[in-house]
Amino acid sequence: MLVRLDPMTAPAIRIAGLHKHYGDLHAVDGLDLEIPRGEVFALLGPNGAGKSTTVEILEGFRKRTSGEVEVLGLDPQRAPKSWRTRVGVMLQTTSSATALTARESVSYAASLYPDPRDVDETLEAVGLTEKANAKAATLSGGQQRRLDVALAIVGRPELVFLDEPTTGFDPEARRHFWTLIEAMRGDGTTIVLTTHYLDEADRLADRIGIIANGRLVALDTPVGLRRRAAAARISWVEDGEERVEETGAPTALLRELLARHPGEIEGLQVVHPSLEEVYLQLIDDASHEARAPEEATS
Amino acid sequence: MTATTAAPAPTWMSMARSRFVVEIREFVRSREQMVFIFAFPMMLLLLFGSVFGDQVISGDVTFAQYFLPGMIASGILNTGFQSLAMSIAIDRDEDILKRVYATPLPATAFFAAKIAQVIAVTVVQLAILIAIGVVLYDAQLPDGAEGWWIFTWVFLLGTAASTTLGIAMSSLLRNAKAGSAVVTPIVLILQFTSGVFLVYTQIPVFLQHFAAVFPLKWLAQGMRSVFLPESFEAAEASGSWQHPATAIVLALWVIVGLVLAVRTFRWTRHDDN
Repeated sequence: MLVRLDPMTAPAIRIAGLHKHYGDLHAVDGLDLEIPRGEVFALLGPNGAGKSTTVEILEGFRKRTSGEVEVLGLDPQRAPKSWRTRVGVMLQTTSSATALTARESVSYAASLYPDPRDVDETLEAVGLTEKANAKAATLSGGQQRRLDVALAIVGRPELVFLDEPTTGFDPEARRHFWTLIEAMRGDGTTIVLTTHYLDEADRLADRIGIIANGRLVALDTPVGLRRRAAAARISWVEDGEERVEETGAPTALLRELLARHPGEIEGLQVVHPSLEEVYLQLIDDASHEARAPEEATS
Repeated sequence: MTATTAAPAPTWMSMARSRFVVEIREFVRSREQMVFIFAFPMMLLLLFGSVFGDQVISGDVTFAQYFLPGMIASGILNTGFQSLAMSIAIDRDEDILKRVYATPLPATAFFAAKIAQVIAVTVVQLAILIAIGVVLYDAQLPDGAEGWWIFTWVFLLGTAASTTLGIAMSSLLRNAKAGSAVVTPIVLILQFTSGVFLVYTQIPVFLQHFAAVFPLKWLAQGMRSVFLPESFEAAEASGSWQHPATAIVLALWVIVGLVLAVRTFRWTRHDDN
């Protein structure tokens, strides 16, 4: 049971025992999570892991099967419209089916909030100043996504959901977007983003949650996650043959190699696993675990 | 530190107004909508008027004069029902409704803006049709205060029935593409049986009974009662304009539409539960 807290000071998000079932499919299968105010939180996981379902439950679009959820101290399913002034939402899909210009869209959105950002400043922040008078339908995919970001933040929300915000961005647009998120973090905005890009999560997130088969399989800082892979990989060439060894004590192995080789060690490499490798390992373990009970009963 | 006083939240009225501006902009910038709502009925009126216009229906009422109130009635149905149902279905398909739901805009303000847009568009559309009717086909304007009063309540009840049914219909459409395939035949069948394209008294009685269940027949008859001479009343199927029955049937459809719209409306796509 979640203890009632003051909605103005409660953590940004509290989830306890969240389940969402579609028939036999358990899209979310017992999720617990708390995200404090001001954190940039990245939710990672393969397609179909339950990421978007979880986010859409938090955004109040979907009903949960069971469990408790609080977003800014209120249940999204029962929250009044005033709650919407505190939450910014950027959907996974972009819509170009509007005849409005970028500025008209942002200024309409601004008119719905008690204390909106300046429209031109918002367009500037997402790099759309030059496209302000262009119709949304004529913007490139990346520009439309940036317009979506502008619409999600113009109301000065305390919490912003960004669902796969940079899919389809070119590398430059992605860098630009990262700068924008870092500026918002500076303002104290809580940001929850889902992404497929590990470098993005690594760069932006204070904490990363990895979700697989509807469950949280890891919850840690990017540094902490990387540290989970104990082994480093040392590779070199000896007697014309490529040698690879994984070890939890790379320094010891290196000393030994140095002692054995008086001269240069050909092709020497010491590699620590990337966040990506840790991630793939976690997902892999989770899918084995999910399959194991089925095999036991068959 | 002094707490900054919270800025007053936008009122319901101001939010509805800014949504209305969005809806009007979307409409006037959509060429398809402009053609469908303004040019299409005008062309139909001119086409039927020049082909069958001189045929006398009863007394000195020509088909062109009979056709004008029918086109006014179907204009109300087209804008409120057909075009609104399709535009909401597209909004749902494109996640525009989902976006609206994610903002502080109250649902009632959203619908008020949609309906206000429908009314604004319908008024312009009817003004064009009436102007053509008066200039080319000798149609008479509603007679005095009483005529305009009848015109106004028939118009408002017809619009209310059409928009609530249009919103309900949008939820029945599985997707926007299915929209025109489902909605267009419904409207066409009603137009042929309700005294728009064909003279109501000249179609088989069982079709008259069929049409009398739906709003368009009553809407068209109500409009005839203000745009045709009093002498034509005797030529109606029942020999009367049936104003009380018109008000009752249209009001019942408003209630049916309202109940269906409220019970079936959804902000997200069908495959998106």
